[in-house]
Amino acid sequence: MQNLPVYMDYHATTPVDARVLDAMMPFFSEHFGNAASLQHRFGWIAKESVDIARKKIADAINAQPKEIIFTSGATESNNCAVKGAAEANRSKGNHIITTQIEHSCVMESCRRLERNGFSVTYLPVDAFGNVSVDKLANAITDKTILVSVMTANNEIGTIQPVSTIGKMCAARGILFHTDATQAVGRLPIDVETMNIHLLSFSSHKMYGPKGIGALYIRSKNPRVAVTAQIDGAGHEYGMRSGTLNVAGIAGFGKAVQIAMEEMDVENERIFRLRNRLQEQLLKIGGATVNGNCAERLPNNLSVTFNGVNADQLMTEMNDVAVSAGSACTSEETGDIQYSRVLHAIGLDENAGKSTIRFGLGRFTTEEEVDYAANRIQSVVVQRREQTEVVYNEHQI
Amino acid sequence: MNNSKHHIYLDYSATTPLDDEVSEVIRMHLRDTFGNASSIHSFGRTAKALLEENREIIARSIGAETSEVFFTSGGTESDNHALIGRALAQRRTSGKDHIIVSAIEHHAVLDCAEYLRTLGFRISTIPVDQNGYVHPDEIEKLITDSTCLISVMHANNETGAIQPVKEISAVTKKYGIPFHSDTVQTIGKIPVDVNDLGVDLLAVSAHKVYGPKGIGAIYIRKGTDLDPILHGGAQERNTRPGTENVPLIAGFAKAVERAEQNRDTLFTSALQFRTELLGIITSSCKGVINNSSGTQSLPHILSISLDPSFYEIESETLLFNMDLRGVAVSSGSACTSGSVQPSHVLMAMGRDIKTTQTTVRFSFGKFTTIEEVKSAGNTYCSIVQSFLKPSIV
Repeated sequence: MQNLPVYMDYHATTPVDARVLDAMMPFFSEHFGNAASLQHRFGWIAKESVDIARKKIADAINAQPKEIIFTSGATESNNCAVKGAAEANRSKGNHIITTQIEHSCVMESCRRLERNGFSVTYLPVDAFGNVSVDKLANAITDKTILVSVMTANNEIGTIQPVSTIGKMCAARGILFHTDATQAVGRLPIDVETMNIHLLSFSSHKMYGPKGIGALYIRSKNPRVAVTAQIDGAGHEYGMRSGTLNVAGIAGFGKAVQIAMEEMDVENERIFRLRNRLQEQLLKIGGATVNGNCAERLPNNLSVTFNGVNADQLMTEMNDVAVSAGSACTSEETGDIQYSRVLHAIGLDENAGKSTIRFGLGRFTTEEEVDYAANRIQSVVVQRREQTEVVYNEHQI
Repeated sequence: MNNSKHHIYLDYSATTPLDDEVSEVIRMHLRDTFGNASSIHSFGRTAKALLEENREIIARSIGAETSEVFFTSGGTESDNHALIGRALAQRRTSGKDHIIVSAIEHHAVLDCAEYLRTLGFRISTIPVDQNGYVHPDEIEKLITDSTCLISVMHANNETGAIQPVKEISAVTKKYGIPFHSDTVQTIGKIPVDVNDLGVDLLAVSAHKVYGPKGIGAIYIRKGTDLDPILHGGAQERNTRPGTENVPLIAGFAKAVERAEQNRDTLFTSALQFRTELLGIITSSCKGVINNSSGTQSLPHILSISLDPSFYEIESETLLFNMDLRGVAVSSGSACTSGSVQPSHVLMAMGRDIKTTQTTVRFSFGKFTTIEEVKSAGNTYCSIVQSFLKPSIV
């Protein structure tokens, strides 16, 4: 019997790997120096560990260490990339292209830019959640300075044609940013071959601590200009001021290292578990899988259970932790009262509100998958029967 | 070279080692409380409960309402939020575009002011006297109808000078202008109470009070209009997006609690350390200039410059030699270490560039011993004496 409740919300956050925790702890006590204290060894030791982590993180995406800026997380990285690149390149134009399924921090950064005189195109996606490269190409104007398309979606797992988009943006001389928060450590990322100019990611989605993230800023071919969003004493090459979170950075470095070393084996295992879960859930009937089954994060499963309210389902199934979508929903959702992403792939409100996101991860077991599938089946069937009864009573 | 085991650390104003209790709290929550506080399942709710419990501890420690405390990634972000958030909100709503900052603010404030200048805001700088103090009447002279924010730090990070924040807030209240104070150096060292000080905005950070790096908070008095500086999810009641860093927040609260308990003891011992160190230095070295001589100053900091007519030395060399002989100190703010710019704080106090470039800041903390202080003082003096100009010897 597994521990309850079962955690199946790895897109929202992940537990810290014990190896990561071990890597962090010395920097809380004996190696506590400020990495900017370059006048004594407490500072040098701190800086050295930051340098080591920076190298590991750069290596993971085939970047140079000096192209990695540490931030407080993906939200800050995305803010810095989108608003920072827009502000720094304003003299070249004021048009930005993004998608309707970006994370709220990219979306809200774009909305902020709109209020400051930028114009933003929010590209639709197809029923599988994919952006059309042709539509993207057609949206480009001579004012376009930035394209921001996430690598893989946090709700439905759909992987975008990042390489194709990168190549096109490079050819047109437009900056390309990708939010790779769900992708780094799960998919191979190469900023060179994929022609990426800016890339955001965070530690806590890959078994590292919360409160630390990174932004990749290309330094050549071309050198990308970004306006710093947090000013101060000029840490991080002047791109991000504030005392470095040395322990968090050391943990992030370790988390990335483990993720890269174990990616293939882990993906294979999680892919198999995810498919096992998917098969069992589809047997329930009246269930459909969202996203692009051919190009999807191996740990993602988004399922719509017809006629079952997801919130009720989760309330009744409190021994399995899943979610109805992003934990980071912003308040300004406008007229849409359900997931923007599900809306964008064509689900109506009923279907949208009947959708559950499963996120599998490093510590998910086969027993947990079977347990979750059983629980969901029984709750779904029960809910439907109750609805049926109510429905029949109304008929009478 | 990189062994720090037997090194004397007198740079507590740059950062502090964690209290054992604090690192234990962090370790426990990193291991066990990993849920996303915005998730609605049990893992999320557990994290959320812990988050709010610790928000209350931080709020209580500064006399604020729980709903007035927002977690950030640290003091720098909090200062950015106060300045940029206030400026952008005011320009949008009232068209006010004038900001007043003291000349000795941390770079996190000054660089924001410079950034806002590029956006068309007008910035006025409050001068300080030779001891590093702001005078409230100087502020009054600078206030205009368009002033939308005044920022004066509680105590300076280079000299320890405690600013007359209460007197300043009396002025800002008279004119109805929000007042921001960076209390990064004072939290846990002297009482910080938002109502007693009369501030509307306040920046704090965990790592100066034996807590972790990467976490801080901004206090926003109810009714103070501020735009967010980061955009995204609805976390921190739409004020600061991003997954809440619950384990470090728990460590932050524990650190603040512990620091409060130890505050008076630490104050007394710091006073003893500073007196001892100053005694050693002034009795053995010629041409000593005490930058921390004001009556209202944190005893945790002693900043010493040297008369350049006596010595052929710059602080870089001095600090390098200090480190070689096992003492870690700094020239001032850690954040400007490595850059050769003279201290804007000492310059504002009227020191000439050559004098500022001889400066060493000693800062004491809870793990400092009197033996360490004596040893550091003797080391300093013997190094300094070896750089006396031949004409003086």
